[in-house]
Amino acid sequence: MHLVHPATLAVLLFCVGLYGVLARRNTVLVLMSVELMLAAVSLNLVAFDVWLADELHSGQVFTLFLIALAAAEIGIGLAIVLLVYRRRGTVALDRLRALRDGPGAVAPPDEVHDPDARPAATADAAARGQEATP
Amino acid sequence: MSAGALPALLAAEESGRGVLSPSGVEIVFLLVAVVVLGAAILCVTSRHLVHAALYLVVALGGLAVEYLLLTAEFIAWVQVLIYLGSVVVLLLFGLMLTRAPIGPSPDADSANRPVALVVSLAAAATLVTLVVDAFRTTWIDLDTPHGRSDALGESLFRAWVLPFEALSVLLLAALVGAIVISRARRDDSEEGRG
Amino acid sequence: MTTTTAAVLALLLPFAAAALILLTGRKAPGFVRPLAVLPTVAAAALTVLVAVRQGGGAPITAATVLTPTGDPSLPVELALHLDGFAVLVAALVAVVATAVQLYSTGYLRDDPRYPSYAALVSLFTAAMLLVVYTDDLVVLLVGWEVMGICSYFLVGHYWERPAARTAALKAFLVTKLGDVPFLIGILVLASEAGTFRISHIVNGLNSSLADFELERPTLVALLLLAGVAGKSAQFPLHTWLPGAMAGPTPVSALIHAATMVAAGVYVVARLLPVFTASTAALSVLAVVSALTAVGAAIAALAQDDLKRVLAYSTIGQLGLMTGALAVGSRDAAVFHLLTHGAFKALLFLAAGVLIHTAGTGSLGIMARTRDIKRRAPDAFWAMTIGLLALAAIPPFSGFFSKEAILHAAETAALDPAGAPAGVPAAGAWLVLVATLLTALLTAAYATRLWLMAFHDPVSARPEPLPQPPRGSGATTLVLWLLAVPALLMGLGYRWLPSWLDGTSLAPTLGTSAVATGAALVGAAATWAAWRRRYEMDEPPDPGPTLLGTRFHRGAAAGFHLDTATTALAARPTEGAARLTRFVDSAVVDTYVRGAAALPGLLGRLVRRAQNGNAQTYLTVLVAAVIVLLVTTALASTGG
Repeated sequence: MHLVHPATLAVLLFCVGLYGVLARRNTVLVLMSVELMLAAVSLNLVAFDVWLADELHSGQVFTLFLIALAAAEIGIGLAIVLLVYRRRGTVALDRLRALRDGPGAVAPPDEVHDPDARPAATADAAARGQEATP
Repeated sequence: MSAGALPALLAAEESGRGVLSPSGVEIVFLLVAVVVLGAAILCVTSRHLVHAALYLVVALGGLAVEYLLLTAEFIAWVQVLIYLGSVVVLLLFGLMLTRAPIGPSPDADSANRPVALVVSLAAAATLVTLVVDAFRTTWIDLDTPHGRSDALGESLFRAWVLPFEALSVLLLAALVGAIVISRARRDDSEEGRG
Repeated sequence: MTTTTAAVLALLLPFAAAALILLTGRKAPGFVRPLAVLPTVAAAALTVLVAVRQGGGAPITAATVLTPTGDPSLPVELALHLDGFAVLVAALVAVVATAVQLYSTGYLRDDPRYPSYAALVSLFTAAMLLVVYTDDLVVLLVGWEVMGICSYFLVGHYWERPAARTAALKAFLVTKLGDVPFLIGILVLASEAGTFRISHIVNGLNSSLADFELERPTLVALLLLAGVAGKSAQFPLHTWLPGAMAGPTPVSALIHAATMVAAGVYVVARLLPVFTASTAALSVLAVVSALTAVGAAIAALAQDDLKRVLAYSTIGQLGLMTGALAVGSRDAAVFHLLTHGAFKALLFLAAGVLIHTAGTGSLGIMARTRDIKRRAPDAFWAMTIGLLALAAIPPFSGFFSKEAILHAAETAALDPAGAPAGVPAAGAWLVLVATLLTALLTAAYATRLWLMAFHDPVSARPEPLPQPPRGSGATTLVLWLLAVPALLMGLGYRWLPSWLDGTSLAPTLGTSAVATGAALVGAAATWAAWRRRYEMDEPPDPGPTLLGTRFHRGAAAGFHLDTATTALAARPTEGAARLTRFVDSAVVDTYVRGAAALPGLLGRLVRRAQNGNAQTYLTVLVAAVIVLLVTTALASTGG
């Protein structure tokens, strides 16, 4: 089989994945596109391993590792997405801009829960409770 | 592609293998490739989020067929098992947990879309040119299968056993990390759902 | 002990005392008084010893190379040159310094800054002795500048008062204005003469054998003259001296009457051959001295403050000395320098006691006050002696020295052939007339001062005298100590010529009669004017009557010279400063701001890229990678 076929397929698949990563708004969809890109790389690894007929099967073993890593990645990634969703109530990538420059860089307090503010609040609550008890 | 490409292709054709005279495997491969690409494009353009996930299933499944065609049978089954079996299910769970709408969502694409299209087309053009130019005279010998489970397993547990173990530790760490990150804390559950 | 050693010791003792007082004064205030007085007394004894040993003989010279300069034949040398002028002036300096240190122990008894004061006076004494003894122009300049800085600090002794601060700054700046040309003059002179040694320059110029002439004598002399005018308070750089009276009275006595201001005269006397080499310089000197002497005497007649009267009187007397130099008679100039040092120090120290007693320095108030004479009898007698000497009434010391000047001027004017070479006859006439006029005016303001300060009003409203501070034995002792030379030093005309150049300093009958007559006329006119105002029950100041009201007002303000200075120098400078500030803020800053605007604009553009959207970042990243990839591929394939 001509090596150009799998290689071209891998390239096109990768670029489709790239488009997805750059164009999609929903974070879960972006993760799907990342999976596409990873799959393209896997295809490349397999094709070249078969072409070279490597004794140690490096390409295919790497593909195995890659699949396992992709599984791990998707697990962690989804966990992060869930956390973001719980904190911000959205998974739209272009609304997660806390790191931008200029005024309004930090989202308003009803969107962000300042972790530093909480201990003070609980301390206040504790103080109030102490006042109330005696 | 440089000017010397055509004579090389013609020379290859004379030796019985060529772009213009594909073998049966090649024809099947190309057909499946068209399916895979189509599913992938639908996956990244679909407005239905759940449909996108299902198109992903088609694309990844087609890719498993391509692995089979490349005689990498073990990888093909692992692909089916892990990707189709678990990753896509995880993604679907993710969609559900983030309350993705069932119907078409008009805001599935961000404002970055035209730029993304340009960039990815440019990348595709560049890479395709590069790859075709580099491998136009290279053929894969598929007569002796090179992905049988026994050979791969032997290689995996002899030569690659240490990376394999390291990977298992990594997976464990990822598992624990995912649990830690996604565990619903009391305060999050109280006020997180804007 | 050789004479040279004694001279060096006399120089080093006050210097060491100054250093010690500055080091220990704060921790051990008890030692300050002995440390201030004893080394100065020792220095005085040593300078007198040096004067006696030298005795008018051949100059004693000792030199050692201090430091090489760029020119190997022109080193700076630590040289002593003890001739008659040097030893006499040094003795005067050390004796007046001793008197002032003794007086200060009483006068500044309760001053918290006495240690620094004593140290500075000691340092000043050392610097002045250095100027007097040294033979090297650069070393002389060092002493000269140290004196200047001591003067600055001592004028500003009461720095809490704005007037003292301003006066100190003014004194420093005005003298520096003269010192810059002085420095240039020294360098030009040394490069033309090929040496920094004064004695070598003078010998070369005096000797008829050595074919040695200065190329530009007028330039050198005028440059040096600027420094001399600054230091010796000659017109037009005299304006700092009246203001310098803001310092403590003993400082005025030491620095601004007896010694430092005389340093300029002394330097001209030492370098007189340089000046006589240029007729133009001598003419300028004559005009300056005449203007200074007459103008200062008129201004002194109009001042209300006792110390300012004395300050203008000092300027006038210095003008007489430079007049003597302008007619080429350094003997007369130095003679007057010595007697003036004695009686002016006496006058200032007595004035200090008077001011303490009356609680004010204003003559107008003193004139309305009773009993000053009775409360401070020592000051009264000291003042009387000093004023008589100042007015040149025989047989007080001032009479003899002024006679010497008059005689020298008369000789130069009437007998140009007998005068030293290069003295212009017109200049000599000018000096002669100015000296006579000054004699008249001096007698007038001396009489005015005496009458206003001591004559008790009969019908005028008596004002209660403030409780006078306890008199000090040291103060009284010093007054009488200085009264003796003020009285008797004039008789030194018999022996002084042997120390000096040998010209006769004896008074001649003609000039004596004219000058004394002028002085008596001035005194009588003042008395008459005072008497008339006194009887008309007006403020008993004879000044306005004598000068006319308008002229009196101008003279009281020092002929508005400060205003002129402000208009001519200060205003344009301030205007230039304002212009510079405007140019800096409006023009230069515009460029700076403009230069900053472009980076600022770029920064704002770059900031816009930081929009926080990860997708944008990634897009740009990938696009850049593609561009790089294509570039690399094209470059490597040569396409």
